[in-house]
Amino acid sequence: MDYIGKSNLRVDAYAKVTGKALYTADMAPRDSYVAKVLHSTIANGEVVSMDVTEAKKIPGVIGVFTCFDVPDVEFPTAGHPWGLEPAHQDIADRKLLNKRVRLYGDDIAAVVAEDNVACDKALKLIKVEYKEYPVHTDARSMVQDKDAPLLHPNWRDDNVIAHTSFKSSPDFNYDEAKKKAIAEYGEDNLIEVVKNVKTPRISHSHIELPVSYAYVDANGKVTVVASTQIPHIGRRIIAQALNIPWGKVRVIKPYIGGGFGNKQDLLYEPLNAWLSVKCGGHPVILEISREETIVGTRTRHPMDGDVRGLATKDGKLLCRELVNYSTNGGYAAHGHSITAKCAGIFQNLYKNPLGVNSEAYTVWTNAPTSAAMRAYGVPQAVSFAETLTDDICFKGGFDPLKFRMDNLCDENLKAGGVEFYTYGLKKCLEIGAKKIGWDKKREEYKNQTGPIRRGVGMCCFIYQTAVAPIALETSSIRMILNQDGSMQLQTGATEIGQGADTVFTQIAAESTGITPDKIFIMSNQDTDVTPFDTGAYGSRQTYVAGNSIKECGKLFKQRICEYALTIEDEEKLQGKKVEDLDVCDNHIVDVKTKEQLVPLSKVALTGFYSFKHNQHITAEKTTDITTNTFASGCTFVDIEVDMPLGIINIKDIISVHDSGTIINPALATAQVHGGMSMSLGYGLSEELMLDPKTGKPYNDNLLDYKIPTAMDSPDFKVEFVEMKDPTGGYGNKALGEPPTVAPAVAIRNAVLNATGIGFNEFPLTAQRLVHEFKAQGLI
Amino acid sequence: MFDVSFIYEAKDVKDAIKKLVENENSEVISGGTDVLIRVREGKDAGMGLVSIHNIAELKGVKKDSDGSIIIGAGTSFHDIAYNEIIKECLPSLGEAVDTVGGPQVRETATIGGNICNGATSADSASTLVALQADIVLEGPNGERVVNIKDFYTGPGKTVRDRCEVCKCFKIKKENYENYYGYYFKYGKRKSLEIATLGCSVLVKLNASKDAIEDVKIAYGVAAPTPSRAYKAEEFVKGKKLDDKNLLDGFAELALSEMKPRDSWRASKEFREQLIKEMAKRSLVNSIRRAGGKIEYYV
Amino acid sequence: MSKKIITLHVNGKDREVAIDERESLYETLRNELCLTSIKKGCEVGECGACSVLLNGRCIDSCIYLTVWAVGKDIVTVEGLRDEENDDITDVQKEFIKQAAVQCGFCTPGFILKAVEIVGHNKPYTREEIKKLITGNLCRCTGYMNIVTAIEHAIKHNMDKLGVPYEVAPATTSFDIPDSEKDKMLEGVLAMQDNDVTKF
Repeated sequence: MDYIGKSNLRVDAYAKVTGKALYTADMAPRDSYVAKVLHSTIANGEVVSMDVTEAKKIPGVIGVFTCFDVPDVEFPTAGHPWGLEPAHQDIADRKLLNKRVRLYGDDIAAVVAEDNVACDKALKLIKVEYKEYPVHTDARSMVQDKDAPLLHPNWRDDNVIAHTSFKSSPDFNYDEAKKKAIAEYGEDNLIEVVKNVKTPRISHSHIELPVSYAYVDANGKVTVVASTQIPHIGRRIIAQALNIPWGKVRVIKPYIGGGFGNKQDLLYEPLNAWLSVKCGGHPVILEISREETIVGTRTRHPMDGDVRGLATKDGKLLCRELVNYSTNGGYAAHGHSITAKCAGIFQNLYKNPLGVNSEAYTVWTNAPTSAAMRAYGVPQAVSFAETLTDDICFKGGFDPLKFRMDNLCDENLKAGGVEFYTYGLKKCLEIGAKKIGWDKKREEYKNQTGPIRRGVGMCCFIYQTAVAPIALETSSIRMILNQDGSMQLQTGATEIGQGADTVFTQIAAESTGITPDKIFIMSNQDTDVTPFDTGAYGSRQTYVAGNSIKECGKLFKQRICEYALTIEDEEKLQGKKVEDLDVCDNHIVDVKTKEQLVPLSKVALTGFYSFKHNQHITAEKTTDITTNTFASGCTFVDIEVDMPLGIINIKDIISVHDSGTIINPALATAQVHGGMSMSLGYGLSEELMLDPKTGKPYNDNLLDYKIPTAMDSPDFKVEFVEMKDPTGGYGNKALGEPPTVAPAVAIRNAVLNATGIGFNEFPLTAQRLVHEFKAQGLI
Repeated sequence: MFDVSFIYEAKDVKDAIKKLVENENSEVISGGTDVLIRVREGKDAGMGLVSIHNIAELKGVKKDSDGSIIIGAGTSFHDIAYNEIIKECLPSLGEAVDTVGGPQVRETATIGGNICNGATSADSASTLVALQADIVLEGPNGERVVNIKDFYTGPGKTVRDRCEVCKCFKIKKENYENYYGYYFKYGKRKSLEIATLGCSVLVKLNASKDAIEDVKIAYGVAAPTPSRAYKAEEFVKGKKLDDKNLLDGFAELALSEMKPRDSWRASKEFREQLIKEMAKRSLVNSIRRAGGKIEYYV
Repeated sequence: MSKKIITLHVNGKDREVAIDERESLYETLRNELCLTSIKKGCEVGECGACSVLLNGRCIDSCIYLTVWAVGKDIVTVEGLRDEENDDITDVQKEFIKQAAVQCGFCTPGFILKAVEIVGHNKPYTREEIKKLITGNLCRCTGYMNIVTAIEHAIKHNMDKLGVPYEVAPATTSFDIPDSEKDKMLEGVLAMQDNDVTKF
């Protein structure tokens, strides 16, 4: 292959290092009005009345709009493909502004003004009268309070969005399985671990804040320019929210400053569109603050799971159970899908000869809404599964590496339509163990005493590629040949920083024979121009859009060759048939000899301007994908624990990924670095905390919400196990999200190795460490 | 845009004081890294700002003929941290101010602002307390000098009048000469942090470097204001470095003098542990810098 | 509040602008002078996306009043240029070569910080570089390749100064030689080249 597996430099790097790459806020018209949102100061209740008289008097204020003014339409916000069946549609539980307040900071009014100072002044003058209800910020307490007021009575008779049990067999019961195990192996020959694990509420912390501007164009089309991962889905949601025909909405996505799943929901774009409509179609920019982003957009689900696992004393895992309460916050957003994915991965990561139960509750609570965040419930799944594994190993005296080799899921795993078409998990473990020096260090770190201790730990994972077959996977690609033989590549799949445009260019080059320097990919999606694709999420694009580019490329190439044969005076093409031709290095070539027959530039120019046979060569292809292949991988880490201060220092860390063929190793490695860094945050420092009584956030800014800085980031090591996957366009499997799954839990397991204490609440902050070390008399 | 009623760029300190007196609803702005954030949060919205940002007389570090070090209140943290006089005479202060926020903030944030905002978490405060700095204030009635121990009156509160401009900090020769110091900042990250706890120690050893002649220890965030632990200091004075109870006794007494509290940022239990452990490590590091030998596991 | 005319020295030129005194330097440079490489990430001096070089040193323009910048030398990424070679700077080239750019939103801030660091003419280690860039947050890269890019930019400068300096070895077996990256960079730069004499 000429272009696959090559570390091409990013196609957008030049634009980005010179500051020429334009992001949403950079493009807003200078005369845009500014919009700001008024947020509730209670976490549960109702807005009884609102007085905006004084606010409207502030000079520069264009309009004040409240939850009493918005259309009486509830809409869904999740970046999921629309379902033709109502059962497959997302829960529509939110209005543009809400009278029924469900979280602290809910959106209850908006001001549009000529500048931000006028907005701020007006917001302060809006008088709000509330009726308050009791507050439950976490899932378990919400479920336990049978008298808790319903947050969404239109949808459910309680506050549980969904409750599911994934079982190895319909009649599986953990306690019964345990009885069976006792009968078979004897109680003395069994090891059981029973515990509770809690995971943190995480803020995506993309550096670009969610921002959009909206206007009504000269033809009456509602146009929204937005920092979103899902422009085409966004068009549908905005239309639904405004209750206007879908075709009347146009969404444009410029360069975007990170999304990580937060921008896989529509956030303030529908409100922004409506505000512009209400202001006569004048451009209105709605750029929320970091504080509003942390509280009022989306977060990673905090999960609270009761976990049990049983193994024999010779290291055979028998059965496991997870009963997980997942805090979904005030609105459904992605509904149960994330907690369900978490449950599925817990279920399938290991072989469970005596069975498994993975039970999940997704619960509406008075907290920031949880939805998609990079790896969609799987970091939580391994927080349950992989801490359980290491606790069993610790109790049984097993080597965690060997235990995994013996008990992990194997290449025969098939689950919900997903399977390992290629299986590299155990190979990843071998490489990781070797690189970290596993055996030697396990030996070296035995029987340590004293306040500074070393430990090694590991964690592994499996991860679906894309979202089929549970959800639709479809992508359209358009290729257009320019007069000079260069091409335009258009797709609705979005570049959000992950390198999609570069990888798409490489795939297009591979499939068309046009060199990457002559491929111009349209990075700014525009729903009126770029063909339909659902967008950037689920580690899907290189798989789904990649396959579609490959197919479209074939068609494009065929059309080029067919046209070339119609050119009359081309000697070298005389007598050739289309199957004799190929395109390579911007030329029509002989498929066998690779002899260059005619340059594409000539073919294209002739096509454009020939009187005899005029043909503008284009190709468009929709490809839907129904297969889904598991990616997998692991992280190994070597740490030092400074026990009196509760500080964990990372001495060495490596992630190894089984993601099929790597299309661009340099960009893939960079993806892994970023994922590892994000997982360090989950493992060590990040948690969005709320006052449980009021639901008010404590740390809604980047000073108090602790994403890793450069000094907190060790040098990350990365390796890939490359096995060509038959379902990936060019052998590729998921890689966007997997890197952020394992590192945190590997660190936790290393702390167990170092100190003998298995922590069950993430992140492992110094305070938690010190508390436990004191309780255990270790410091 | 910041919601303020005016921004006045004062020509000099006297001009600033005049403007502050004329406008009751106004305050001083120096580096801006605190004031502008408060304005943005709406806390100081609508106020007038009297800027001393570009007043040259407030900037720089110099050594007086009597050996006192004078640090202009408008000197940025970066300029303090990389100043040759500071590196030579007050290295632990340089290190302390080099932990404030991130590098960009340290370019503009000033030591005067850090002290005058009254925060117990101010990274420069504990070291200035240990150094027993004098603070020179000028107001409508002229200049006055307040020792830092008398400066703080409560969380976010100081004796400085709204119309007074902090001009400089003076550190007397006897308070730094032959002292070796260490500032230990504990935060949840390694940078871009507000201190969960800060601890500054200055130590002077005897001539044979085997005993402590004098020590100062001051904390930030261990109490409502930056505070010294006098009993702990007294306890170790004159003690030999190989005294078995030196570190534990020092740490226990230091803790007894602090008033750590529970908050969402850190539990009381955790702060207490930090107070003790940081006292030990700061003392150990200071002793080692002073050329003394002391055993400890870090 | 009425507007006031001031002169700012930006990217080597005096620029007259009408400002509201309450504006931050971030707002003036973006809104009045269209220097949109300066980004907003937090508005409180925590993320460094709004960094500009002020008299050669990076500050957060979101918490800096425009009126304070009068008479000072302001540089943004739009003003970076290797004048000698009529090319983008070594720092920019290394950010491209070392895959130090992902979403690109924090990139201008990091580049300015890197320009400042390289300008110190000191052979910093990776750990030292990390401390120097802690005022800039990045959520995409884990900082790894950014540090590497700065290392390489320092290396170019050290080579010019004749000071020995080695960059740390790569931490993946998939890394390719720098010479290959240089060749690809030539391709990237060629795509930007619209010199009429070359076509």
